[in-house]
Amino acid sequence: MSTITVTVNGKSYTKEVEGRTLLVHFLRDTLGLTGTHVGCDTSSCGACTIHLDGRAVKSCSMLAAQADGSILTTIEGLAPGGELHPLQVAFNDEHGLQCGFCTPGMIMTAADLLSQNPNPTEREIREGLEGNICRCTGYHNIVRAIQLAAERTAGVPA
Amino acid sequence: MSNYIGKPLSRVDGVAKVTGKAKYAAEFDAPDLTYGYVVSSTITKGRITHIETSEALSLPGVLSVITHENRPKIAWLDMSYKDQDAPPGSPFRPLRDNKISYSGQPIALVVAETFELARYAASLIRVDYREAPHETNLDTNLHRARKPKSGLASLLKPPPPKPRGNFDEVYAASPAKVEGRYSHSPEHHNPMEMFASTVVYEKDGKLTIYDKTQGAQNSQLYVTQAFNMSFSDVRVISPFVGGAFGSGLRPQYQLFLAVMAARELKRSVRVTLTRQQMFTFGHRPATIQNIALGADSNGKINAIYHDAVGETSQFEDYTEIVPTWSPMIYPAENVTLDYKIVPLDVFTPLDMRAPGGVTGVPAIETAIDEMAYELGIDPLELRLINYSDRNMAEDKPFSSKELRECFRQGAERFGWAKRNPKPGSMRDGHNLIGWGMSTGMWEANQMPARAEAVLTVNGKLRVTSATADIGTGTYTIMTQIAADTLGMPMEDVLFKLGDSDMPLAPIEGGSWTAATVGSAVKVVCEELGRKLFKLAQKIPGSPLAKAKWDDVEFVDKHIRLKQNPAAAVSLQQAVDQNGGAAVWQKSTSLPAMMKQKNYSRAAHSAVFVEVMVDEDLGTIRVTRAVSAIAGGKILNPKTARSQIIGGMVWGISKALEEESVMDHTIGRFMNHSLAEYHVPVNADIHDLDVIFVEEHDDIVNPLGVKGLGEIGIVGMPAAIANAVFHATGKRIRELPITLDKIL
Ligand code: FES
Ligand code: FES
Repeated sequence: MSTITVTVNGKSYTKEVEGRTLLVHFLRDTLGLTGTHVGCDTSSCGACTIHLDGRAVKSCSMLAAQADGSILTTIEGLAPGGELHPLQVAFNDEHGLQCGFCTPGMIMTAADLLSQNPNPTEREIREGLEGNICRCTGYHNIVRAIQLAAERTAGVPA
Repeated sequence: MSNYIGKPLSRVDGVAKVTGKAKYAAEFDAPDLTYGYVVSSTITKGRITHIETSEALSLPGVLSVITHENRPKIAWLDMSYKDQDAPPGSPFRPLRDNKISYSGQPIALVVAETFELARYAASLIRVDYREAPHETNLDTNLHRARKPKSGLASLLKPPPPKPRGNFDEVYAASPAKVEGRYSHSPEHHNPMEMFASTVVYEKDGKLTIYDKTQGAQNSQLYVTQAFNMSFSDVRVISPFVGGAFGSGLRPQYQLFLAVMAARELKRSVRVTLTRQQMFTFGHRPATIQNIALGADSNGKINAIYHDAVGETSQFEDYTEIVPTWSPMIYPAENVTLDYKIVPLDVFTPLDMRAPGGVTGVPAIETAIDEMAYELGIDPLELRLINYSDRNMAEDKPFSSKELRECFRQGAERFGWAKRNPKPGSMRDGHNLIGWGMSTGMWEANQMPARAEAVLTVNGKLRVTSATADIGTGTYTIMTQIAADTLGMPMEDVLFKLGDSDMPLAPIEGGSWTAATVGSAVKVVCEELGRKLFKLAQKIPGSPLAKAKWDDVEFVDKHIRLKQNPAAAVSLQQAVDQNGGAAVWQKSTSLPAMMKQKNYSRAAHSAVFVEVMVDEDLGTIRVTRAVSAIAGGKILNPKTARSQIIGGMVWGISKALEEESVMDHTIGRFMNHSLAEYHVPVNADIHDLDVIFVEEHDDIVNPLGVKGLGEIGIVGMPAAIANAVFHATGKRIRELPITLDKIL
């Protein structure tokens, strides 16, 4: 057991964690933030993607203890204040989801991509999201949603 | 009136899904929740001689290890384990005894206070086995092929029809012949969400179960029977499902184990499978097919032989409709079909997106392409020569079939006319370009279903039915249908599903949900409308007092005269007339069998594909695909298009990537992770285009819809295989077409 302090979606938590607890399980089971999903056990699917100190990480690929002192954002905190983030609006508008299970991870990865590259080409989007699997949508609308969010936020500093 | 039906509307559950608020089975909390972790067998066949659990049990916080030795009593009869999708045979019962029937079989459940502890304790369990020889190889066991047993399942999956005409004679005399053997590897559904059940143990011993399923009532039935509980003590809830593709048509073993543990410990239990364990129940069966086609020199196909042998388990006879697709598409007079299965030491296969269809259709559609080359006729032309408005497997006309229009529009959009038929004739640098096409087909069924509709005192409509939304858009299209039927804005309509307490609905499969539940929603709203109309007539001085039902329409939250829109009563006024109570209706919709029975009902597609094959590396990319769909009325082009594109990507996946690789020496699927089981990612997908062809059908169901969950995948694999032939001159009849088969 160790004690960690993390800021998640703007709120600070100090919690005891078992050494073997993955960050994703800490978020889901301890903090009840179940919007971050688990889709594999080989860090292949990206369903668990969150932001750690501003960059996208697969939260199944690190221990909760390793996140001590970090600032984390999950899908629940992507748009503070109850508004929707432009990517959330665009995924909804462009139908970039079906079952919705991959969606939080897709959006978190896409948010990181757009913060690095606000105007990605279709290929750049497809390659940037290569680590996120969607079994339902066929990806098409996901790419369109990210393009739409990029267009709508053009010129708006991230 | 249709304000919503046919419009490309965003999903009603979209916001819940983009904000992480949609909750899946493993995400419901319960006080003092415990966690179960499944231990899987490491051998394929034999007996457990000893299972040592003491070390696991000695850990503080480990509550129980349930094995076949200490499990509580469960139902005795096979009947008690039959779910609504059970094939004939003896369903698998977890922890029944020490017998191991397949690799990865669940042999123990460890329950602990935390997930991490349960997982660790599971690693401490020691098992001794006495191994027995196993058989998992379909190819080397073909001599054991036999006819499947028939049972309830045979109603939906009838065996192929008897031979017609004289295949042998006509084939022998045919000027053009092709013959081939077609096969594909097993595949696993791999929805992104792992199977999970959260069983909430209520104070009185009742269970509320959040389950990943395509039928809450199917899971409820299973639990009540297996554990001898009453229906009122088991409620299954499943509002969101993270994909299923057929895998949720049967209750999976985590449900059984979680319920058993909850009852034993009198505590709430969650069991979530690992991705590896997602390969330990149900898969698309490996299947081997032989086809022979005989045609005259004009291209008319006169003789068809099509057989198929699929794998099943040693305990159940899983079957699919495979060879029957040939005469459903091509109207030959001389047809011989055969279908058999081989029991192997694997888990029972399980319906996976377009079961049987995406097995049989790609085989016949590849053979047709071979025939086109044999005859020197364009593949599209050959299909038109053999076009039929009758389904010769049943010898009935189709209720509607706009496939000809699919061919025309698809070919035009794709630019098929510019194709040079010679293999290897088109290239871009060191990429060989190939163009291929295929027909697709999937049945359009309708089942009985019930729904309930309530217009509340504040004028909101709530409609329920115990169906599921596995991502297809059920919530959205049902809301559209309800809103249009009663002339209400969608914001005032709430459609709920996924609860065993709701009115009866069948498992969500076979692409029948839109037709089945959609019809029930329409009927219940119409009947609710009649009640509201009667109430409206009773209002003193009602402008509708003398009106007949046929004279009125429901528009803008009003019931009004069609001829005189000013004569109207608002729905609110009608409810107010009900003495302060909501107006309530429960209805059943039954397929119009008398009308349907004289017709074959199916959706069709024409698929055109471009591939690029790297000459040196053998890598294949699907750079362009057009799918033209005749799927009846399209309720929502946005959700519909997404269904088809998703299906097309499944088709690419099936043709080029997906395969569960069995190591026959140890009898286990070796690539049991998403790292090694390949599915397309974003970067694999290029240009995909969907066309919905107008198709009117008032026989298929009252809504004229055909269901779109499966038609998107069926035509893709053969179109790709045919394009690969066109690019390379290599005819690959074994799916998936991996690069080793090209080089
Ligand atoms: S759960 Fe983290 S990558 Fe799959
Ligand atoms: S929407 Fe189901 S996995 Fe992406």
